[in-house]
Amino acid sequence: MKNRLKVLRAERDWTQAQLASALDVSRQTINAIEKGKFDPSLPLAFKTARLFEMAIEDIFQDED
Amino acid sequence: MTKTEHEKTNQYNTRNCQNTRNLKNWTLSWVISMAIAAFAPKFLWDYNTIFTAIAVVINLGIGFGMLMSNRRYLRGLDEMQQKIMFDAMGLTLGVGLVVGLSYELLEDIKLITFQPEIAHLVVIMCLTYLGGIVAGNRKFQ
Repeated sequence: MKNRLKVLRAERDWTQAQLASALDVSRQTINAIEKGKFDPSLPLAFKTARLFEMAIEDIFQDED
Repeated sequence: MTKTEHEKTNQYNTRNCQNTRNLKNWTLSWVISMAIAAFAPKFLWDYNTIFTAIAVVINLGIGFGMLMSNRRYLRGLDEMQQKIMFDAMGLTLGVGLVVGLSYELLEDIKLITFQPEIAHLVVIMCLTYLGGIVAGNRKFQ
């Protein structure tokens, strides 16, 4: 699954640690999601969408 | 997000540190109570049945507390860290079962002359768990 997390974070000038704190996860998890190595659960994806005030599909896209 | 907001919301690391510290204390207590239950009957109270039974009950009680602390620790992790831990546990269970049974068999079929010790299996399981956690962290780096 692809995602725009890194771009959206950079647009807001947030660090990985700040985003991790806001989503209540570890910085390593944010790093893994940004690199596409770990796909977040649906609740975490919803939480991310709420934080960025965007729709989930505008942040996460299926690679097919 | 301001720095203050970030610090205020940085609850994951704080919670994780507290749970880790808690688990460390329970584990240390369990090891000490295990050492007391194992060695004190011989060196301190000459196999007095009541004292030994009390030491074993205390060891079991602290062991249960350690399990609950470990449960709290695992539940406090985020979903990726939990996945790493559960993968490592699954690997450890599989390796423990396969190696444990094969190790036991070695003596039955006379390939080794010494009695298999449970402590050897525990060491193998600890090393497997440690290796599983390291591999899991590297996988998601």
